[in-house]
Amino acid sequence: MADTAAQSVAQTGTKRDFLKLTATAFAVVGVGAIAWPFIDSLNPARDTLALATTEVDLAPIQPGMAVTVMWRGKPVFIRHRTEQDIAAARAVKLSELKDPATDESRVQRPQWLVMIGVCTHLGCVPLGQRPTDNKGDFDGWFCPCHGSHYDTSGRIRRGPAPSNLEIPPYTFISDTQIRIG
Amino acid sequence: MTRILTALGLLAGLTLASTPALAAGEARPPRDGHFSFAHIFGTFDRAAAQRGFQVYKEVCAACHSMRLLSFRNLLEIGLSEQQVRAIAASVEVTDGPNEEGQMFQRPGRLSDRFPSPFPNEQAARAANNGAYPPDLSVIIKARHNGANYVYSLLTGYQDPPPGVQLGDGMHYNPYFPGGQIAMASVLNEGQVEFADGTPATVDQMARDVVTFLAWAAEPETEQRRRMGIRVMIFLAVAGVLAYGVKRRVWAELKTKPA
Amino acid sequence: MAIGLHKSEIKNPVLRWVDERLPIFTMLHKEYGTFPTPRNFNYFWNFGALAMINLLIMIATGVFLAMHYTPHTAYAFDSVERIMRDVNYGWLIRYVHMNGASMFFIVVYIHIFRGLYYGSYKAPRELLWMLGVVIFLLMMATAFMGYVLPWGQMSFWGATVITNLFSAFPIIGDDIVTLLWGGFSVDNPTLNRFFSLHYLLPFVIVGVVFLHVAALHVTGSNNPLGIEPKGPQDTIPFHPYYTIKDTVGIVVYLMVFAFLVFFMPNYLGHPDNYIPANPLSTPAHIVPEWYFLPFYAILRAVPDKLGGVVLMFGSILIWFFLPWLDTSKVRSMRFRPIARVALLLWVIAFFVLMYCGSKPAEQPYVLISQIATAYYFAYFLVILPALGKLEKPLPLPESISRAVLGEKALGGGPLPASAAAMPMEKA
Repeated sequence: MADTAAQSVAQTGTKRDFLKLTATAFAVVGVGAIAWPFIDSLNPARDTLALATTEVDLAPIQPGMAVTVMWRGKPVFIRHRTEQDIAAARAVKLSELKDPATDESRVQRPQWLVMIGVCTHLGCVPLGQRPTDNKGDFDGWFCPCHGSHYDTSGRIRRGPAPSNLEIPPYTFISDTQIRIG
Repeated sequence: MTRILTALGLLAGLTLASTPALAAGEARPPRDGHFSFAHIFGTFDRAAAQRGFQVYKEVCAACHSMRLLSFRNLLEIGLSEQQVRAIAASVEVTDGPNEEGQMFQRPGRLSDRFPSPFPNEQAARAANNGAYPPDLSVIIKARHNGANYVYSLLTGYQDPPPGVQLGDGMHYNPYFPGGQIAMASVLNEGQVEFADGTPATVDQMARDVVTFLAWAAEPETEQRRRMGIRVMIFLAVAGVLAYGVKRRVWAELKTKPA
Repeated sequence: MAIGLHKSEIKNPVLRWVDERLPIFTMLHKEYGTFPTPRNFNYFWNFGALAMINLLIMIATGVFLAMHYTPHTAYAFDSVERIMRDVNYGWLIRYVHMNGASMFFIVVYIHIFRGLYYGSYKAPRELLWMLGVVIFLLMMATAFMGYVLPWGQMSFWGATVITNLFSAFPIIGDDIVTLLWGGFSVDNPTLNRFFSLHYLLPFVIVGVVFLHVAALHVTGSNNPLGIEPKGPQDTIPFHPYYTIKDTVGIVVYLMVFAFLVFFMPNYLGHPDNYIPANPLSTPAHIVPEWYFLPFYAILRAVPDKLGGVVLMFGSILIWFFLPWLDTSKVRSMRFRPIARVALLLWVIAFFVLMYCGSKPAEQPYVLISQIATAYYFAYFLVILPALGKLEKPLPLPESISRAVLGEKALGGGPLPASAAAMPMEKA
């Protein structure tokens, strides 16, 4: 008699534990599922993503000139490099570079250099786009905030910046048009 | 107590149910279009929505803006990216200012909004005999029984019954509150040519454009309903579990004296 | 004991360290763990917890909506539609917030009805009740200002009509209205301040809710019998019994809520609010949201402007005096056969007013509203005071445990001595 009673107590005990466990698991899943829409709402909205590509017409940019366009709220530098610029960039030995990368790996067509114009040190915008700007010691770009010098391939040559200027994803839609993003 | 609760629930239900009836005013109640999206698990007929966009573009857009929609939204009704890019590019969009400080025209892109036929409300009124063609972006949720209402309105033009004196430039439509509407009957048999060969009857065009407008007003509908089914199932199971735990927790209380 | 560490009974060393310095876990354990609660609650007692959950849902969704909303007349409508179309899950967050307002009022109306039916407002819980009325008034203000934010036609004209109520006050009325508007009509300054206050007031509500709960934990809960627990045999610890019972209620509540949000999100709203605000054209029928309709009907039932406004505000302010207007010593309507009928008639009058409020201000609705309004006030001012003296209540049960467990469970005899200690053991 006592045995059966103990047995039934044990049974209801495990059953209840299982039930409680399942119910708790459901509650945890529910709370997690509720959290996701809130978190995801902080991600870029669809209209923001739709503006995530920019098309640029390269035709008016003369050799040696540069333009700055906005892409995802950041400046993108596009320079139409001269033969000298290209030659200078390609003459550098990789061993001299802080962040080794060949010039060929940084361009799709040698005369067009497309980079995100944000210094990799602390996010300032380097000088060097306008003809009157200080282009730094390597005739590329110079960041006035902490004195980083970039060469004609946008690679870091001197100063505190850790890496080369970043290359955004872009494609040539035609010979004179690119789409960034 | 249960009886009281049921009675109160019923009373509340009746009160709330009767509320929407009021704004129908003197207009005739709309005809039921039996739309695919009408019932609570319904979806939008993509082909109809695409045809509806064509009707909007070729007929309605002459007077009505849809300023909340962007070309990219059209991807959701099943048009291909190439098709939508072509549609966008066929429109001139004002952009700028450029480096000289001038505004300039360029072809539309996916991210651009639908162009509006008039620069502002005053211009729209001036061009339309004083009437303002409303923006159609959310028209289906901005009217009671919106889909059926617009459908009935578009197909409901008739000669005024004897004794009704129409105002200058007005048209008779019993589904419009007051019966007199400034918009003329715009849909005529064969007015647009559907690429899929669907005969462009007035009824067909009206249904298709209403499908398109219903999607435009609530583009989240299908996602919302799908998610709703999952949430309801989850909650139903959670409810059974919670009730089971509650029963067990309370059962031990009842077997003991206190 | 006034100075020095709190003597904590928490075992976990980290929690104990905190608890000795700030006895928050001891407090939670005392107020939500072992808190002795009458053992005979029915499901009506879920609605306080539901209201709390609802408030949290409104604040959470509201904070996220505010990240995307633009409080400017030129952008408000479009920013709301952008939330619906472009923001990830924006439609879900907005529909939860929008229908959450309706759910909040449903829950709170039932919570209030519970208080009216079981006499929860009577001594010693008068202040608890009055704090509840304050919460309700704050809720109304918050809901009203929130409805203005999407800047649709109903937003604009609702704001115009409601702010104009204050012009009914003699002499200073017009100045008050100008002050509320920050201009000469409802316009951008009005929208900006409504947004600011709509964000502020929920946190004021949280504060008053805290006081409401604090007061509750001083007097203890009322119960369906309306008699005070006479000893431990009449109570059970809040946890696990009422935490799990509230959980059942929460799931059911979420199902109703989810059904509204996912399958009929605009059912309780008004389509005119999807038309951008136009100060030049008033919609054919202006109606407030459903939860304001009874008070709107009272406003319109009175042919005099000031009289209508006074009666409308009075219809809620009178709740403050209810603990003293009801002169009966018996709390629960279970034992008051006449007052129970009178209360049910009052509830019907409330629904009739709700119905009339949704109808145009013409006959027969005005007359019906007037009759219902008269009964609404008569219940508080005539019926309850008089019934306390005239009505003969049914005999009250001896104790909660006796009523719940019946003669059988107790074997007809006196309570076993051991029963008293049992509930605390479980805690």
